[in-house]
Amino acid sequence: MLSRVAETIYWIGRYQERAENTARLIKVNTNLILDLPKGLMPDWEPLITILGSAQLYHERHPEVTERRITNFLITDESNPDSIISCLASARESARTIREIMPRESWELINSMYNNALDNKASSYARQGRLAYLEKIMADLQQLIGQLAGAMTHDRAYVFLNLGRKIERADMTTRIIDVRAENTIPDDVPELKPFEDMLWMSMLKSLTAYQMYRQSMQVRIRRDEVLSFLFCHTKFPRSVSYCVDNMRYYLSTLPNSEVCLKHIETLNQTLDSSVKKTSDNPALHQYIDKLQIQLADLHIDIARTYFPEHV
Amino acid sequence: MSINFEAFQQHPFYDEMITPKGNARSYARKMYKFLAEMDPAELDNRQKGAELAIKQMGITFRVYSKEEGAIDRAWPFDIIPRMIPRKEWNQVEAGLKQRVQALNLFIDDLYHDQKIVKDKVFPASVLAKSVNFREQCVGVNPPLGIWAHICGSDLVRHSDGVIYVLEDNLRVPSGVSYMLENRLVTKRVFPELFETYSPMPIDDYPADLFDTLASLSPRPGDTPEIVVLTPGIYNSAYFEHAYLAQQMGCELVEGRDLVVQDDNCVYMRNIDGLSRVDVIYRRIDDLFIDPEAFDPNSMLGVPGLMRAWKAGKVALANAPGAGVADDKVVYSYVPEIIKYYLDQDPIIPNVPTWRCMDKESLDYVLEHLAELVVKPANESGGYGMLIGPASTKAERAEFASLIKADPRNYIAQPTLGISTVPTVDRGKVEPRHVDLRPFILSGKNIEVTMGGLTRVALRKGSLVVNSSQGGGSKDTWIVEE
Repeated sequence: MLSRVAETIYWIGRYQERAENTARLIKVNTNLILDLPKGLMPDWEPLITILGSAQLYHERHPEVTERRITNFLITDESNPDSIISCLASARESARTIREIMPRESWELINSMYNNALDNKASSYARQGRLAYLEKIMADLQQLIGQLAGAMTHDRAYVFLNLGRKIERADMTTRIIDVRAENTIPDDVPELKPFEDMLWMSMLKSLTAYQMYRQSMQVRIRRDEVLSFLFCHTKFPRSVSYCVDNMRYYLSTLPNSEVCLKHIETLNQTLDSSVKKTSDNPALHQYIDKLQIQLADLHIDIARTYFPEHV
Repeated sequence: MSINFEAFQQHPFYDEMITPKGNARSYARKMYKFLAEMDPAELDNRQKGAELAIKQMGITFRVYSKEEGAIDRAWPFDIIPRMIPRKEWNQVEAGLKQRVQALNLFIDDLYHDQKIVKDKVFPASVLAKSVNFREQCVGVNPPLGIWAHICGSDLVRHSDGVIYVLEDNLRVPSGVSYMLENRLVTKRVFPELFETYSPMPIDDYPADLFDTLASLSPRPGDTPEIVVLTPGIYNSAYFEHAYLAQQMGCELVEGRDLVVQDDNCVYMRNIDGLSRVDVIYRRIDDLFIDPEAFDPNSMLGVPGLMRAWKAGKVALANAPGAGVADDKVVYSYVPEIIKYYLDQDPIIPNVPTWRCMDKESLDYVLEHLAELVVKPANESGGYGMLIGPASTKAERAEFASLIKADPRNYIAQPTLGISTVPTVDRGKVEPRHVDLRPFILSGKNIEVTMGGLTRVALRKGSLVVNSSQGGGSKDTWIVEE
């Protein structure tokens, strides 16, 4: 398989997952509005910080408002990480490798982008936004299913999944981070019950609530939620699951020793320290560490398999 | 009633479906009835359905504009198929095979003994000024002695009812993917027509192309590694490059994916190292394929590719230098070329052509600019032409001086009354001008597509069929009478 094609399909996986998870992030925050007690509003600033686009945002926008931030993250074509830009990039990439992708999948990627563009006005207000995002998430899920069912599970599929799983692991940590940024003030004891409710809201946004209930069989508690999302070995959005999945896919590739070392490191981080994240600053640090380790893994995947960029 | 009969009755051109009396031609009766009975609103719906299908299928081409840069446009398509009776097509097919066979012998001769020049059938002066003659190719023996493996010849029918060859594209002809996709769109839009008609199938083209390319492999016996070499996503025909690679199950590569090593073999860069390439279907112009041999600034090509080709370690289709026969002055000699190499008369006639390099012709052309179509020898896509009857005095004056400055570079032809096909315009069926580009594959055998790509000038009265300039396309049906 061509190095250039491997890189392209890896990025399709990443764009696809980034679009879906950015949609989830916005959904978490939008749902918080419904769940938070009157007088407390979720902060929108953490979204752009966590997605690494705060600087770009502030260069263009004088203030932080829900409307401005959501437009910036959903439909702003000049923001390279917006959902619409991710869909556009996935489409442009898919166009360069049409020969290895089932025709139906190309048509789906194409129409997904066209739909998102044609209907973007419906995402501006809160009431249309969730439906708009849910449609995109459903389309992306359909694409995953279609590729799983119709594409030969050869190396192209391996790189697609490496891209998806590394992005998903990274984004799951970012979604947790957003939740952790929106805390209930300690000095108002009557608000304490809301804290756990907020974790529940986040689980729901990740479509993880039911699965959490089934497997943890305890009421929603911060530490259990974290342990579920970081370390559960069977839940497909947990960091641990993604890392394990990447280990499998890497093991099918030639020359994967260096990359597999990074997987070991990630597993050690996941095993050892999740219990030590009892407060939010520690959690934030822990997430940073995981994100750096994922970035290192990406660098070595690129170095081993992709064309050199001069 | 969707057909605008008046438009067909006061019509100085040959219409491929409707006679001057307003009746259907014999092979088109059922189609005619079907269209005549269709409500304009329904017809409009079908046209919209086709446009939607094209958008969904992502059938696009790229155009450039100064304001917007490269933009991806939906492929313009008209839903009414163009029909050609099988008997007539058999003649055309035979004529195209004859033509391409002669042209390949001609190219091979030019790069070897130049017998045709020595025998004074083809003037040395024309060869000397050919911009597509490549010194680098002299003496090279490509596999099977064939240079133009994929040829796209443009045909038109004049108001005399005769089909003429307008030009031959021997460099990197494009359009075949649209021919294939047009059929799929028609099946989606007019499924009921396929109950009454069985147009000859066209979908074996990718397999035929694969076989043609495979027959060129320098390592016969093994399963050859065939790749399609594209200039990249910004090329106007990128859609086609990706499409053909996908249909043949080949890798689509860019120049940077390939490398020529010291053994003169071509390799592609894979995730686990290099692997050898046997045949390259290159969709990059000669001058850009190898910065070592041609333009040193080309970023699209592969350094050393010519070396590998000359050493016989890789096959290139079309062979570099094949474009020498893709010159409008050379075109005017094709009847002589056919006679010289095959000792046959041409089955499909050429359009009568004045070569401005001949003094007498030059004088005639300059006097009759207002009636003639003047074309530069080496432009494609309809650029750099003068269409006499549609020109202004200033344009004619400009062309007169261009021609006088470089007569070898220009030819002139009578303005053809090219034929029309019923075409949908806002719910009404009206005549619009068309041409036809069949594709001819030359390997161990010569194969011609069943029909080809029909291009249509969508604007009323327009003769320009190029998609970059307001043209569209139609499905083309070869049907039993």
